[in-house]
Amino acid sequence: MSLIHTLARMEAVESGRAQPLATVRHRHLAARPLVFVPLTTAGEAGAPLGALVGADRDRPRLLVVPQPRDRDLRFAFLADLAEELLPYVDSFADDTEPAERTETDPETGKRVKVETELCADAPQLIVPSRAGIEFVRLLGRSMRFRRTAEQDPDAPYPAPPRVPLLGRWLTHFAERARVPGSALVAAMTELLSRHWATGQSSLEDQHLGALLAWIDPPGEGSGDGSGTVSGDGSGEGESEGEGESEGESKAEGLGAAAALRAETARDAAGQLLCPPAGPATDPAFDNKLLAPAMERYDRARTAVAAAEDGPAADRHLAELAAAEREIAALVESRTRPTWDAVWRGLDLLAALPEGERAAERWTRDRWSYTGHRDRVLAGEPPQPRVDDAVTAANKLATRETAQARLEAQEALDDPLVMAGRRLSGEAFGGEVTEIVMAYTDSARPSPRPLVTLRTDDAPHLAERAKVHRSLAGKPQSAQFVGYDEEGGVVLRILDKMGRGKEPEEGSVPVKGDRIVWTLFEHAPRGGPSLPEPDDTPWTHGGPPGEGAEAPDPVTPEDVL
Amino acid sequence: MIPDPTRTHRADASFDPSVFGPSTFDRSTFDRSPFDRSAFDPSAEAARATAAILHDTLHGGARGVVVDSPPGAGKSTLVVNAALELAAAGRPLMVVAQTNAQVDDLVLRLAEKQPDLPVGRLHSSDADPYDKALDELEHVRKSAKAADLAGLDVVISTAAKWAHVKNVEPWRHAIVDEAYQMRSDALLAVAGLFERALFVGDPGQLDPFAIVGSEQWAGLSYDPSASAVSTLLAHNPSLPQHRLPVSWRLPASAAPLVSDAFYPYTRFRSGTDHGDRSLSFGVPSDGSGPDRVLDEAAASGWGLLELPARHTPRTDPEAVRAVAEVVRRLLDRGGATVSERSPDPAPLTADRIAVGTAHRDQAAAVRAALAEPAVTGVTVDTANRLQGREYDVTVVLHPLSGRPDATAFHLETGRLCVLASRHRQACIVVCRAGVAELLDEHPSTEPVQLGVTVKFPDGWEANHAVLSHLAEHRVPYRP
Repeated sequence: MSLIHTLARMEAVESGRAQPLATVRHRHLAARPLVFVPLTTAGEAGAPLGALVGADRDRPRLLVVPQPRDRDLRFAFLADLAEELLPYVDSFADDTEPAERTETDPETGKRVKVETELCADAPQLIVPSRAGIEFVRLLGRSMRFRRTAEQDPDAPYPAPPRVPLLGRWLTHFAERARVPGSALVAAMTELLSRHWATGQSSLEDQHLGALLAWIDPPGEGSGDGSGTVSGDGSGEGESEGEGESEGESKAEGLGAAAALRAETARDAAGQLLCPPAGPATDPAFDNKLLAPAMERYDRARTAVAAAEDGPAADRHLAELAAAEREIAALVESRTRPTWDAVWRGLDLLAALPEGERAAERWTRDRWSYTGHRDRVLAGEPPQPRVDDAVTAANKLATRETAQARLEAQEALDDPLVMAGRRLSGEAFGGEVTEIVMAYTDSARPSPRPLVTLRTDDAPHLAERAKVHRSLAGKPQSAQFVGYDEEGGVVLRILDKMGRGKEPEEGSVPVKGDRIVWTLFEHAPRGGPSLPEPDDTPWTHGGPPGEGAEAPDPVTPEDVL
Repeated sequence: MIPDPTRTHRADASFDPSVFGPSTFDRSTFDRSPFDRSAFDPSAEAARATAAILHDTLHGGARGVVVDSPPGAGKSTLVVNAALELAAAGRPLMVVAQTNAQVDDLVLRLAEKQPDLPVGRLHSSDADPYDKALDELEHVRKSAKAADLAGLDVVISTAAKWAHVKNVEPWRHAIVDEAYQMRSDALLAVAGLFERALFVGDPGQLDPFAIVGSEQWAGLSYDPSASAVSTLLAHNPSLPQHRLPVSWRLPASAAPLVSDAFYPYTRFRSGTDHGDRSLSFGVPSDGSGPDRVLDEAAASGWGLLELPARHTPRTDPEAVRAVAEVVRRLLDRGGATVSERSPDPAPLTADRIAVGTAHRDQAAAVRAALAEPAVTGVTVDTANRLQGREYDVTVVLHPLSGRPDATAFHLETGRLCVLASRHRQACIVVCRAGVAELLDEHPSTEPVQLGVTVKFPDGWEANHAVLSHLAEHRVPYRP
């Protein structure tokens, strides 16, 4: 945590309001994101209970599994989810632009440019919290190895047609989420806590309701009205019980009090006023509301199956439909506040101007989307359960480069972030006080001007350290020479001055310029290329085995 | 209960700690003379271990040989000797080191030992890619292209540079130095360049790390963020493993503690005995805390300057000033050292002193504090950068000093091990009181990953072992 971050948190505690951590938005927001608010069943990993999903904030689609332990109902849910998600994902596939990509020529082994296409835009999946991304990964893992009746006529429990494909896409989304700075999938809590600091712990920041309460407290006219999250008909109990502390909070800090209320306030029936963002549900909801409703549903189903005549069956069917509606209403009551909160968060983020270099990172997301689209079209098998040695090493290298790039780009895009780097000695800014022209000793001398900078920062400059500045968006580097008598930093500029003996116009600072130099590179390069998986060396177990992986075997637990 | 290093030179890497129950150490071993010369001759033991390693490397059938080396056990000497022997046997050799400084150091050592050996220094295409001292050496060829160095007996470079070398005839042999600090993915990038290799390193120092999460591969034999040796041994469990049994750097006062705290199952001894080395001062103590801790350290090899308990920022101004004060008094009091290298007292100069910290900003703060009384020439750096270095006296700012919490970073065994094992004479630790209580309040809570070998001892245990020993050399100090 940088000093700026710590300061912002302390100011948030003092003022009771979240404090900005950024002056620009560091993640790209798609014009048409898809919001996915899933709920899971307590005690059974990967058994969805329901979800709100959609790209239209006013018309989310509610999907419910009235009895999550019934695998047929679960498959029906997944089939419905595929029906919502896949058309959205596919809708970006056909709008492409020409692009170039470097590939290794299989014959010559040289790196060559290849003409290819890049999707002009990409889908963006927004989930409420980090746990939501984990749930996306789990859903993907549970689906991508399933076989449909068409793929395998002998499969004992064939999956609905598009379910395995959805599994592959969700796996791709979840894997992409591990790349620093990517925006193909985003958790709203992480987006918000990147841009605002609250006065609560980072653990508490994972509660979307509490986090939003710090940033945009309800009842200040800043929210759009949906800010007052309320459970089912509990508005009155709330105002009665909380009247006093509301008055107090005006003095102490509206956000802090609202956050506490979002986390802990319950209605007369003991239900949370602001349901957790999920996918896990509140135990009080599970025990007092959901379990009895499911029991009624199960009873009605048994009665329908046991009905002896037509009228009795009709009666029980009506009961069943009512029970199903009841569960659907319960699920909606617990997902709708989160759904509204996610959209409110999107509004807050959209109000920030996008950072200059966020678009470059979004382009990488578009490449990621295009790449997976191509793999699906080419009929490649689903992603393996476990990465092989080369794939794992490549992924780690990609992510480390992405992390370094993200840190550099955020600092360059945002003076507030740069301030944190300056305070930690990784960058320094100041006024140019002197320029002395100097040249290399070679036969064709090149310019190596010496620049003196007066700075109040305390950079950790090692002997002959390399520093960088942004010159019209391109990095220019210099070498630390030493300090002058008055403590000014003397730098020797090394590049971006053209080919001639005299530096090009504007490529060397002039006296009075205010410049920020960084000790970190602006565009970190990736590492060397690794061997192909088939050339995995003996130290790493040799080449991996052949062939695609078999689908998951059916275990007794699958048919409980 | 503790394996006797005189019995065998084999490091038992497949050692199962659970067999030995909880790792409680016999504290009395600290007070015992590290060895009895009649039973244990350090030179002979070290020579025997080296001979066995060279035999396996030159004549063994395995594709790899792994050598564990405790701090200051002659690892560099072994690498140089193995390189010369392989070159003499006519086997083209590539050497993989981790940093440019290590590569240049190895080239200089090779040239010193055998000036006419044709050595290639493969370097990057950056400015100032290698130590200028290499230009003086007649038989060392330097190039940024591997092809220019083809045919030379020995070619040396960093792992990062080797990873860019493609489409060449594989070398018959390689030496991988500091292999425990090399990441598995770095070995993956270079392993195709050689047929067989000698892997040398210190398992007790800092583990390699990744700047992004790598939990998804935890437990895989080829976890790219793990150390090169753990991947190598997971796939080739039958490779011969050796251990260097004698630390020539650590004095008799330090080897038992470092061995017990950080290498409890692969113990080593010091090459010198009590009385072989000494540290004394020309100027008597003025009775201040820093002077008293210097006298304690001169007498016993260890000193703990304990400041009152307090939660502080990382660059705790009082602790930083105390470190600077200790360093200044070390120089002002005219320290003199006696060791097996020189029977006459040698003056303790600034270049023989190092200050070790956990964080870079702490090192910067100490440097700034040292600049005030104009102390120059003292090395001040983080544990990561002090790895592999050696000094007469070290002053350490304890990683947990003044902290409200004990994170995995600050608890890492290797960090404390590096800081506590750089000295030939004495080590002085500057710390706030209350670290033992802090440790007890923060038991290790890292999630257990399936398939990951649990590292013993853990940072918690090692920290307690070092603290309880330091407590015997405690000098309370109120600045």
